[in-house]
Amino acid sequence: MKYSYYPGCTLKNKAQDLDRYARASALKLGFELEEIPDWQCCGGVYPLGSDEIASKLASVRALNYAKEQGQDLITLCSACHHVLKRVNDDMKNVQDISDRANNYMKLDEPYRGETKVLHFLEVIRDVIGFDELKKMVVNPLTGKKIGAYYGCLTLRPGKILEFDNPENPKIMEDFIRAIGAEPVIYANRNECCGGYISLKEGEMAQDRTKKIFDNCTDMGAEMLITACPLCRYNLNKSEADSKIPVYYFTELLAEALGVKEDC
Amino acid sequence: MSRDAEMIREISGCDPYRCMKCGKCSASCPSFNEMDIKPHQFVSYVLRDDIESLVNSKSLWKCLSCFACVERCPRDVKPGKLIDAARQIVERQQGGDYLKADEIPELLDPDMPQQLLVSAFRRYRR
Ligand code: SF4
Ligand code: SF4
Repeated sequence: MKYSYYPGCTLKNKAQDLDRYARASALKLGFELEEIPDWQCCGGVYPLGSDEIASKLASVRALNYAKEQGQDLITLCSACHHVLKRVNDDMKNVQDISDRANNYMKLDEPYRGETKVLHFLEVIRDVIGFDELKKMVVNPLTGKKIGAYYGCLTLRPGKILEFDNPENPKIMEDFIRAIGAEPVIYANRNECCGGYISLKEGEMAQDRTKKIFDNCTDMGAEMLITACPLCRYNLNKSEADSKIPVYYFTELLAEALGVKEDC
Repeated sequence: MSRDAEMIREISGCDPYRCMKCGKCSASCPSFNEMDIKPHQFVSYVLRDDIESLVNSKSLWKCLSCFACVERCPRDVKPGKLIDAARQIVERQQGGDYLKADEIPELLDPDMPQQLLVSAFRRYRR
């Protein structure tokens, strides 16, 4: 099985681990990530204004490329996943945005949101299945207590992203179980890490990440996993006493599948 | 309704009249303590046509775009989008950017993901 793959700006640079371990794991799991040529940055955050068109075109180009290949589009980064799914929803369901973007792009055939966008974890859940993943694990992470940190962008708005139940998600916990570890549920797993606020208001991000670490360690977590480079950065910059290590979920996946050393 | 109030409605695509003032948005907001105008109040200011206060509010720069208020509003008002629309009104004016290019070098650190910079650029400036 082949997918169009949208890595995004950060996975080519500061978050190369997220990308590398995913590619190796995908091969082991039996699917291939074909990087979209000449993809452009999604912008990191979805342009909220209903009159914003230009800032959405980079996403539309990638979505349309996948359509032309007849492939579903996979992303890994929480932000790309968020932006691509929302722009895709605009192209499909918001006539005005869709018309104006198409007018501008002048494609041979208009793009109307035909591409299916999937997060890497959704492929594991919906295409491969957690039971299958479990069977393929050669180095189970037995005894590890892991907290899933979803943050905000992977889940919300739930109706558009359709990733999981935004208030009570379980996809990452199921993933943790499949690689042989024990998931730790804690209230702040779907509360924001501060996101871009850390650039200019460092204390606000410190406050957010302290709440997250205090909460997850109270519940017994020894480490966190995330799919978001910005969450990981903010969490790693935390000065909280309760701080624990934060990994990309793909690193633990590669480890469990026994392909980490090949990366 | 003033032109600015109209613009906030247009840009956001939100209908503040739907608000039933339950306060759930503010209760969900991780930046609540830092905001001078809280998310539920923000909606009332749009209804009262007091856009002057909104465009001068520091809440514009404290919102994380985390969509907790959007997800949890029982009336689908989407206060976070109203806040973004007010931010747009400020940024679309000359000199309205909250982040200036010459500030960047001082803010950089070697671990910083590209995602942080592109996100901040998009939310803080035109
Ligand atoms: S949650 Fe929605 S209905 Fe309740 S106060 Fe906020 S905007 Fe109004
Ligand atoms: S989007 Fe902004 S206003 Fe809404 S809950 Fe998040 S930080 Fe608060």
